[in-house]
Amino acid sequence: MTESVITVEHGAVAYDDRPVLRDVSVRITPGEVVAVLGANGSGKSTLVRAILGLVPLNAGRVTLFGTPQRRFRQWWRIGYVPQRLGAGSGVPATVAEVVASGRLARRGVLRPAGGADRRAVAEALQAVGLTERAGDPVVTLSGGQQQRTLIARALAGQPELLVLDEPTAGVDSASQDAFAEALRGFVAGGRTVLLVAHELGPLAPLITRAVVVHEGTIAHDGAVPEPAGHHATPGHEHVHPHAPDESSGLWGS
Amino acid sequence: MSLFQYDFMIRALVGALVIGLTAPALGIYLVQRRMSLIGDGVGHIALTGVGIGLLLDRSPVLMAVLVSAVAAVAIELIRERGRTPGDVALALMFYGGIAGGVMLVGLSGSRSNANLMAYLFGSLTTTSPQDLTVIVVLAVLVLGTMLVLRPALFAISHDEEYARVSGLPVRALNLLLAVTTAVTVTISMRAVGLLLVSALMVVPVATAQLFSRGFLATMLAAMGIGLVAAGSGVWLAGTIDTALGATIVILAIGIFLVVAVGAAARRALVRRRAVPAGTAAAVEPCDVVLEPAPTSPTPALDLDGPDHAAVPR
Repeated sequence: MTESVITVEHGAVAYDDRPVLRDVSVRITPGEVVAVLGANGSGKSTLVRAILGLVPLNAGRVTLFGTPQRRFRQWWRIGYVPQRLGAGSGVPATVAEVVASGRLARRGVLRPAGGADRRAVAEALQAVGLTERAGDPVVTLSGGQQQRTLIARALAGQPELLVLDEPTAGVDSASQDAFAEALRGFVAGGRTVLLVAHELGPLAPLITRAVVVHEGTIAHDGAVPEPAGHHATPGHEHVHPHAPDESSGLWGS
Repeated sequence: MSLFQYDFMIRALVGALVIGLTAPALGIYLVQRRMSLIGDGVGHIALTGVGIGLLLDRSPVLMAVLVSAVAAVAIELIRERGRTPGDVALALMFYGGIAGGVMLVGLSGSRSNANLMAYLFGSLTTTSPQDLTVIVVLAVLVLGTMLVLRPALFAISHDEEYARVSGLPVRALNLLLAVTTAVTVTISMRAVGLLLVSALMVVPVATAQLFSRGFLATMLAAMGIGLVAAGSGVWLAGTIDTALGATIVILAIGIFLVVAVGAAARRALVRRRAVPAGTAAAVEPCDVVLEPAPTSPTPALDLDGPDHAAVPR
């Protein structure tokens, strides 16, 4: 039996006594590209956050690369891409500075950045097509470009496992394609991907397996459902935050 | 120029410069995590330490370092836990700190009013050589920490969850930042006073943000601005005989205003200069005007475009 990258056994999570995940078990092996699908509020993001230890488990256990999560220390093996850029920071930061913080997991806190770090940052920027924007403040980038910055930050650490939380939510199609391209390169090296998604879009051909979360339990684990099937998953509410577009349609016509 | 023939003025100048350089280097992390006013709160609490020191006849500066470090750690632990009750807890600590300080200074009966004013608004000119040594040594320690740990401190301030998943010792770094904040507040208390400490941490950073594009550039520019404000503050205060701390802070705010007006004027100028180019281009069909816009040096809509040249990179 191959070593699993992620194992969740009977995982349960509750926020203030409100159960969000109940008795979830998943096992992901090297080279898999797994999409966690589900409606808003189904618990799909919580599952990923629990795997990473950002949300404590009420019951069950998570194992990362064969080590119980509590004792896991080899965090450079994981590249995490959050939903969006952290809320903080009125202080400007360049794209390159944000991407460079992806090297810290590998380098440690005290060692200054060396040539290998700079090369990895340059490669990661190239992989997402942001080399020209390296010196620009992140806040001047479009939403899609900011998302690509976060992906470059994760890639800069040269991880074996990429964990992405809704990487394409609200991202323009050019950025979605650039993102799919970067992911294709990552997967081609036989590495593992776990991504939370609402819609797969151009990523669909890359996905080897889908896990559908519904009301805190796993409703489906296997082949990627057809788009119609995905939209027909129980409780799927197809809500898109496209309010600006709608209003411009109202006033702009 | 005869101003600096006195030793106490030299000491005041050295102390002010060291603090002017150090306070913004730490302040940038506080601004980044939107905790600009935390230095103010820690300053309130440090007054209780001063009171304890005067009452027990121990070094007020040392006691202030201890008390404010404990308080800063407590604040950090409250912040870590969440928001709603933390807000009230912070208010209790801040006002308890300053009220306790005033009471304890009164109890110590050591010519209290003059003493209290010295700590609240600073009195760098009465700094002894021993005090100055303590200030310089602690400031160098803080400055070194801020510069060496910049990537890690940037990471936890920029995106704490990501830093956690990177396996960084997030909690230890947060507590380190809390303790260095307390140390910086306490050593700055001699220069600008507890009530004005936060200004020296925040205003230079706010000024640098007006024109800089990256984090390191902002940090270096803020340190430079802090240095200039502190140095010119000592000179001005000595020349026109005003309180040193207040003079430094007023100068820092003055620099902010000048830079803000300058930045706004530059933007307006660039925009006006862009207009003739736009009208010339308008002769062409509309969709052709849109095409070259990204490559044109001064697109009218790009507010941050003009900042390119302003940053020393």
